Amino acid sequence: MYAFDYRRPHSLNEADLALKAHPGAKLLAGGQTLIPAMKLRLAEPGQVVDLGGIGDLKGITQKDGAIRIGAMTTHAAVAESTVVAAALPGLAALAAGIGDPHVRNRGTIGGSVANNDPGADYPAAVLALGATVHTSKRAIGADQFFNGLFSTVLEESEIITHIDFPVAERFAYAKFANPASRYALVGVAVAKSKSGVRVAVTGAGASGVYRLPQAETALAASFSAKAVDGLKIDASNLMSDIHAEADYRAHLIGVMLRRAVG
Amino acid sequence: MTDQGIGASVKRKEDLRFITGKGQYVDDINRQGQSYAIFVRSPHAHANIKGIDAKAALAAPGVLAIFTGEDLAADKIGGLICGWMIHSKDGSPMKAGPHPALAQGKVRYVGDHVAVVIAETLDQAKDAAEKVAVDYDVLPAAVDPAKTQRSGQPQVHAEAPNNTVYQWHLGDKDAVDAAFAKAAHVTKLDIVNNRLVPNAMEPRAAIGEYDSGTDNLTLWTTSQNPHVARLVLSAFVGIAPEHKLRVIAPDVGGGFGSKIFIYAEETVCIWAARKINRPVKWTADRSEAFYSDAHGRDHVTTAELAVDKAGTILALRANTKANLGAYLSTFASSVPTYLYAPLLSGQYNIPAIYCEVDGVYTNTTPVDAYRGAGRPEATFVIERLVEVAARETGRDPAEFRRQNFITQFPHQTPVIMAYDTGDYAACLDKALAMADYKTFGQRKAASAAKGKLRGIGFSAYIEACGIAPSRAVGSLGAGVGLWESAEIRVNPVGTVEVLTGSHSHGQGHETTMAQIISSKLGVPIDSVSIVHGDTDKVQMGMGTYGSRSGAVGGSAIVKAAEKVIAKGKRVAAACMEVEEDQVDFEAGEFSARGTNKKMTFGEVALQAYVAHKFDPEKIEPGLKETSFYDPKNFTFPSGVHIAEVEIDMATGVTKVDRWTAVDDFGVLINPMIVEGQVHGGIAQGVGQALLEGARYDETGQLVTASFMDYGMPRAADVPSFNVAMTNTPCPSNPLGVKGCGEAGAIAAPAAMVNAITNALGHEGIAMPATPQAVWRAIQKMPRKAAE
Repeated sequence: MYAFDYRRPHSLNEADLALKAHPGAKLLAGGQTLIPAMKLRLAEPGQVVDLGGIGDLKGITQKDGAIRIGAMTTHAAVAESTVVAAALPGLAALAAGIGDPHVRNRGTIGGSVANNDPGADYPAAVLALGATVHTSKRAIGADQFFNGLFSTVLEESEIITHIDFPVAERFAYAKFANPASRYALVGVAVAKSKSGVRVAVTGAGASGVYRLPQAETALAASFSAKAVDGLKIDASNLMSDIHAEADYRAHLIGVMLRRAVG
Repeated sequence: MTDQGIGASVKRKEDLRFITGKGQYVDDINRQGQSYAIFVRSPHAHANIKGIDAKAALAAPGVLAIFTGEDLAADKIGGLICGWMIHSKDGSPMKAGPHPALAQGKVRYVGDHVAVVIAETLDQAKDAAEKVAVDYDVLPAAVDPAKTQRSGQPQVHAEAPNNTVYQWHLGDKDAVDAAFAKAAHVTKLDIVNNRLVPNAMEPRAAIGEYDSGTDNLTLWTTSQNPHVARLVLSAFVGIAPEHKLRVIAPDVGGGFGSKIFIYAEETVCIWAARKINRPVKWTADRSEAFYSDAHGRDHVTTAELAVDKAGTILALRANTKANLGAYLSTFASSVPTYLYAPLLSGQYNIPAIYCEVDGVYTNTTPVDAYRGAGRPEATFVIERLVEVAARETGRDPAEFRRQNFITQFPHQTPVIMAYDTGDYAACLDKALAMADYKTFGQRKAASAAKGKLRGIGFSAYIEACGIAPSRAVGSLGAGVGLWESAEIRVNPVGTVEVLTGSHSHGQGHETTMAQIISSKLGVPIDSVSIVHGDTDKVQMGMGTYGSRSGAVGGSAIVKAAEKVIAKGKRVAAACMEVEEDQVDFEAGEFSARGTNKKMTFGEVALQAYVAHKFDPEKIEPGLKETSFYDPKNFTFPSGVHIAEVEIDMATGVTKVDRWTAVDDFGVLINPMIVEGQVHGGIAQGVGQALLEGARYDETGQLVTASFMDYGMPRAADVPSFNVAMTNTPCPSNPLGVKGCGEAGAIAAPAAMVNAITNALGHEGIAMPATPQAVWRAIQKMPRKAAE
């Protein structure tokens, strides 16, 4: 790890000021990716602004048909939340399946979504549920938020404050874990609501999390595993690596899709 | 015999300190004035070094010194050695290139050591290491052990043409050819035994310290055999004579073989400590462990089994390419030869065996012993062959094995080994009953009803442990004897210190060796201290590997204890004023036969030290005895493991559903610890079969260089094991023990692959059987089985 300057603001305003004073500063939101990268000297931020001291960024509430989760809420808090369990049990289950207990007690939803790791679980839920990502500057719809591997539309000095997840009639996430890292090799999230069905795939896409329109159409017509049985999954836009070639990933998307639908 | 002695499942004495964080590992030790070393490592698999510019690095804050291979050569520091000479079948000695601790002009694998940077702090050393500019002329790399001997391949060492270190063989080729010619059936398999990264929980570490007042050197190192490290560093590398070099291996967090070897890093740390007159510390990070700990396995084999019409095995033939990596590690040459081919007879009466092994260089991390070392590779060959031969000839795999079991002992195999004892059918019968083999069909049908495949696989393994009779291994090329030492120091109050040349790095010696003393001397285990891992305390020893500590190290303790009892009888006789041959010793008490005179062990110890009651002309004061025990034979643990797997056809995920292990380790000192060893070994074997596998790309980059890409087995990957033991005591050592540390890792891979291929209905899968590999194999299933 290289030497760096560490700030721990206690309000969003203080955090904004710290970012303005130190362009290029990295936000620390649990640190489950940033800290290991720094330890390996792969990341070299001069300044780190730790959001862990801002109480306003933590917590889970339900309002106007949506679950609001503060950006600095840990995976463990989401997994154990009675509010989430009642309204979106599939989201609590997703959080309970991230990493291991250490990761779940340090890692946060805001950190995960901002990092947009192609193997992360939360982006699939954000996209499938059509969540809204609120930042220190604006509200961003899920369909606009993610734009490639480890990439989002967030600007340099923009801080995620909370994410609103519309409560769906049904939501489920099925993950096939990488046998080594246990990240999602393929993860499929399916949400059914009055406005329709949305399906998002993580872990597999060469450009990161993406929607599966043909599955959404099929499930809108008939919400059953049978409706998507035999659905042709395009492998041309999928990742290939030593754990899974694109054709195997495409096959697994179909399997996880059917399992998510149940 | 006490209730804490041999056979008692007492809790481990060492665990309190380990589970409360009080262990003292090398990295926990810090010396006054300590500096920190970072190694500049090659990013290339194969390159000439055109130049090293360390000017900017030397000027960086806190830097004390930067050394390269030239500095070592100028100080006449020798290269690292391989301690086992193998001769090729044409009689020529193996062809090994030099193995400098820091590269001299050339790097040969990613992670090879180019320079060392020593600074006041670890971060300063890291910062400066980034400033060392190395000008490489990158060369093509030889990576694939199956291709490295072909013409046109890059040459790793000029000394070894065609990257061939040796072409060794064992057995009677003509007899094997004749047997195959008349065989009714021949089973042939192409086998890859996948390369493994050891991944002990504690990474390797070293601290070198020089005392300019006494000219003494001390090396703290993560070693399984500190005396061997001292011997090599003194006699071969030329660091310092043995009496000026102390080597300490304190608490060590797992080894699995990877900490047997003498590596570049500790060599450089101890040399540099004198050079800069400061203690020098190095601790590997996990990435360095992946690149620089000696890897295991990595065989490519073609194997054949000849069977007659009645199902009797006639002969076995094997041809193996063994990847030794870029340099020969300390025992690399012996693992795929004498630790491998002599085990190819398995538990079977095989009249003729012939095995050829080519040891080959590649531009990869050196390969050496890893839990089982040669014996897992041999077991995989014979147990896959036997399973497939049974399938191909329409026989039940259990009964085919039984038909060919060795039943008369001792049994001389055609490949060196003389098995002393065993009851293979007893293990098989017990395992079949425990595994509910008869009702497997019902479970298979139940799985099929869920759309899943179920398979069952056997592994009837044998291993040669308790290495080894010194004369025998000497005749086969070993550079050292493989006896073990023990010294028993009885204190005046009757408590006991045992100094052993074995080393405990997870095995629980502080408990099991105390149990041996408890049985022999009748003292509670809390009155016994086990001292190991320090060349200033223990005079000499050969260390711990090859499941030898109980059979060899424990036997040395027994021999020393017998001497303590003999001396104690002389002291007791004098004190009780009876004849020496009148004195009996039992359960911690000396008694004079035919009288009511008795003395406790503690009373005799006290009398031995106060020396008031005997004639010093006849009895020396004190109670301290030493033994060097050299075993008469190897020991031959054996057993039957039965794996039962269920495969999700949709994803290719293999779930290990049931595991039965029946092992014959002879006498058990602590059954709980033995079971723990079996559990850990099976988990490692399941890891090899399902998850683990080091992979290099064509340029020699290690693709699986972290836990992100190298799959380690976790608790959820294995079932609750159904473990039992049989016991045919080992006749060749006084404890009757055989060794248990490697059995699970030896047995498990073959059982797993036999179970998976049984489920698939074809043999087309290699380790690791990852979900993707199994899914692809499912696509190739015979139509009927797939339905």
